[in-house]
Amino acid sequence: MRYTILLHYPELMAQGELDQAAIERGQAAFNRYASDLDAAGVLLSAEVLQPSTATTTVRAVDGDFRIQDGPFADTKEKLGGIFVIEASDLDAALGWAKQAPSVEWGPVEVRPSGIHFENGAWTT
Amino acid sequence: MDDLNSPDCTPHSEVRTAAEQAARTSYGRLLALLAASTRDILLAEDALADAFEQAMRSWPVSGIPANPEGWLLSVARNRQRDVLRSAARRTSDPLEAGETVPAPDLSSIDPDAIPDKRLELLFACAHPAIAADIRTPLMLHTVFGFEARAIAEAFRIPPATMAQRLVRAKRRIRATGIPFALPTRADMPERLGFVLEAIYGTYTIDWESLPREASLASESLFLAVTVAALRETEPESWGLAALIALSSARAPARFVEGGFVPFGEQDPSLWDVGLIREGEAYLRRAHSLGQPLGRFQLEAAIQSVHCDRLRTGTTDRDALLRLYRALVAVAPTEGAKAALAAVESGN
Repeated sequence: MRYTILLHYPELMAQGELDQAAIERGQAAFNRYASDLDAAGVLLSAEVLQPSTATTTVRAVDGDFRIQDGPFADTKEKLGGIFVIEASDLDAALGWAKQAPSVEWGPVEVRPSGIHFENGAWTT
Repeated sequence: MDDLNSPDCTPHSEVRTAAEQAARTSYGRLLALLAASTRDILLAEDALADAFEQAMRSWPVSGIPANPEGWLLSVARNRQRDVLRSAARRTSDPLEAGETVPAPDLSSIDPDAIPDKRLELLFACAHPAIAADIRTPLMLHTVFGFEARAIAEAFRIPPATMAQRLVRAKRRIRATGIPFALPTRADMPERLGFVLEAIYGTYTIDWESLPREASLASESLFLAVTVAALRETEPESWGLAALIALSSARAPARFVEGGFVPFGEQDPSLWDVGLIREGEAYLRRAHSLGQPLGRFQLEAAIQSVHCDRLRTGTTDRDALLRLYRALVAVAPTEGAKAALAAVESGN
């Protein structure tokens, strides 16, 4: 099955709250995680997002588009990264989710894919 | 397939009895097997219902098969495969599950060779990704074959609510990809706890509202012992097996002439000595592992004190007090507190 692992964590780095050494440790951990997933042959794609302050939102309002900065939801943890993996079942996916470096800082969500687009067609 | 009975006509009542017998003894086994390959409990239930229906139609004519369980499994598997194939045609992409279901061969079915996947089904029902309060109902429903209505009554919630929650849980197993498998060694301790809780749930609910209590007690015991054997060094598993065995041992004396007989007034000569011996053996096994006493071991030890009345003619109230105090310390449930208060006031 195809699962998306969604990482939520506080955006400390953006506010300069972490020193350089801590940032490097985090990057190394993410690097290791992605490499482990890749070496196991389960990694389909990985994205680590810029802080939510870089988000721009498009909304259709009364037949028009409204573009604005944000959203800046008042939650401690924000969506910070996405790993798409292929795993035999939920237990295997949870096993990988537990290894995500950010699990120390915030919740990791595991969700199966419904359908995905590949080679020009939707496929289950 | 060879039939035991004359192919001309088997009385309908006999067919019904045979089908009901098969349903009672093998529902959970058949459902677990059918659902294991697809993780789709709803589909497996439909396939099994179709198979029972077909049995009622064809057995009166063809006779009751020598191996009713194998017959039902084959017919249900065919049905399941047909549904998956037509679903695959509709979506143009073949479904993985449809390909893995092998074509059944009616002549080669050996009932003893039908594997038991109930334990795997149990771990799926008690998975942490399933809401804790629906795990025991789901287990009763799938492993033991209870109707949602009966379970709703036992849990004292409206039948429609229970039915809806059961369907939601079954859909969730399929949608999230919960495996029908034994957990890994690392996951086992936590998962085992959930399974023990769910089996314990079948023991604590109000059995008066459910039919066929006796057969369920032995099934619960079977599952508890199987789980305990799976991880032999886990004392609480043996504690739960002991608890169910010792408690079921007194079942024959619990209802006399339709009336409930409380502990102290039960006639010990009605108790099942074999089950008491079995329970005591499990309890010794749990204690021999030498770890702090958990809730199930303590409850089993309390049962053991009560069962000892058969041997000594009296109940050791001091032992009961000690055990109940320990139980309230480990698991301060309302039931345990009330029981402790009752023992204390009786002194």
